[in-house]
Amino acid sequence: MTSALDYLIELLAFTGLDHSILVVLAIHIPALAIFLVMVVNATIAVYVERKVAAFMQDRLGPMEVGLFGFKGGRRFWGGIGQTIADAIKLLTKEDIVPDNADKKLMLLAPFIIFIGAFLTFIAVPFSENLVVSDFNVGIFYIIAMSSVGVIGIILAGWSSNNKWSLYGAMRAAAQIVSYEIPIGLTLLLVVIVAGSLNLGDIVQWQADNRWFIIHSPFTFVAFFIYFISVVAETNRTPFDIPEAESELVAGWMTEYSGFKWAIFFLSEYANMLIVSIVASVVFLGGWLSPLAILNIGIPESWMILDGPILGFFWVMLKALFLVFVMMWFRWTFPRLRVDQLMYLCWKVFIPFCLANLFFVSIWELISGTIFR
Amino acid sequence: MYNDYIPVVVFTALAIGLLAAPLVIQHLVSPRHNKRNDKLMSYECGEVPEGSAWVKFNVRFYIIALVFIIFDVEVVFLFPWAAVYQSFIAQGQGLLVLFEMLMFVIILTVGFAYVWVKGDLDWVKMQLKYAHGRYSKLGVDKK
Repeated sequence: MTSALDYLIELLAFTGLDHSILVVLAIHIPALAIFLVMVVNATIAVYVERKVAAFMQDRLGPMEVGLFGFKGGRRFWGGIGQTIADAIKLLTKEDIVPDNADKKLMLLAPFIIFIGAFLTFIAVPFSENLVVSDFNVGIFYIIAMSSVGVIGIILAGWSSNNKWSLYGAMRAAAQIVSYEIPIGLTLLLVVIVAGSLNLGDIVQWQADNRWFIIHSPFTFVAFFIYFISVVAETNRTPFDIPEAESELVAGWMTEYSGFKWAIFFLSEYANMLIVSIVASVVFLGGWLSPLAILNIGIPESWMILDGPILGFFWVMLKALFLVFVMMWFRWTFPRLRVDQLMYLCWKVFIPFCLANLFFVSIWELISGTIFR
Repeated sequence: MYNDYIPVVVFTALAIGLLAAPLVIQHLVSPRHNKRNDKLMSYECGEVPEGSAWVKFNVRFYIIALVFIIFDVEVVFLFPWAAVYQSFIAQGQGLLVLFEMLMFVIILTVGFAYVWVKGDLDWVKMQLKYAHGRYSKLGVDKK
């Protein structure tokens, strides 16, 4: 199995450059591709979010800005150019940094948050071979890198020298670090069963046996704990207390304007995509087609659905569905209070996760020794 | 062929470049006039800001951070165990390895229970011994 990066290095070999330079050059291609994915994802996701919100509230949403003279009017593709116009607007807005803020740290914060999201993508598999680095500690790397962002959030909140920012940042930090524990403990269950930290091995295990969401009652519960926790981790409603518009203006982003603010948005939507891809790879079979779980006599010719190109399609289908569910949550559940949020994490999820850990270990021990 | 972790370095360098470019563009094209006085004041809903925002903060957040570190380290230590658990089961030593893990987790769970009983996981931990007036019913310890 050659990874996409090896293939790129071979492709660039005609230049006759030194091997180490070639590697660095080859890495730039997926890096730029991932940046493009982040930008396109944020652009489309913001548009879809506004349209989904409009649909759920029985209104039209953006419907004025067309694209290349292509105006949809009242239909779903109505203001398809809206987010592009917004992005250009943000790029030309003046950048206001308050006088009494810590200007250097305020500039540093968006970089850290963006790098946290950007580096996580290295280990995120879009398909079987479509991954920048197939780490042998893939899950571990993703957990580690996705928690870098919280440093940026604290920096942003503190350096702004604004009370809203500070409150928002402190709440966000407490929330994100708290919900990291259920996330770690639920992904741990999958590692226990699959016996590997490598995401490719985990999907291979699911191909050989069954998807983790239906593997045992405990991994079924774990999927839901994971999904609710990542909704909290990405600061989405109903867990958007750090950004609660009605109380904290914009949370830790209050003093940011122009493109720095856009970077926060970019990272937020990138994080949504990352956690959804991880959920689909770890629990929902990744690049395996849903036909496999039906476990009926599938004709051999249908197995093309598990192919390398369609693998990308399946991962994205599952991941984008989960992103849609997050948008759906936003207009379904009211916002939690801070104490309810902490109650849910520390007194419900963590005890459940510890019990789950115990039961899964027992389950694997019994099924591994007695029903071998 | 190449080290798995080279992309991490390259991505970091590239991310800085990719973010700096639009910020430079913004700096060049954005309007620059009248950037002074009120416009550069901290936003406090239109009021003149009351003092600095760099204040002492609620100790509750530090306790959450401390408990988090303990549990995060627990999770970090459990991952290597989880990766080799299946191979130990295959060798027939699953029960022994399971007990070793449980010893570790139970010790931490006792600590977790202690924190819980002490009320440090409640966000609003109010113990107003001499509360009076409209504060008298404010979550005074039930004991």
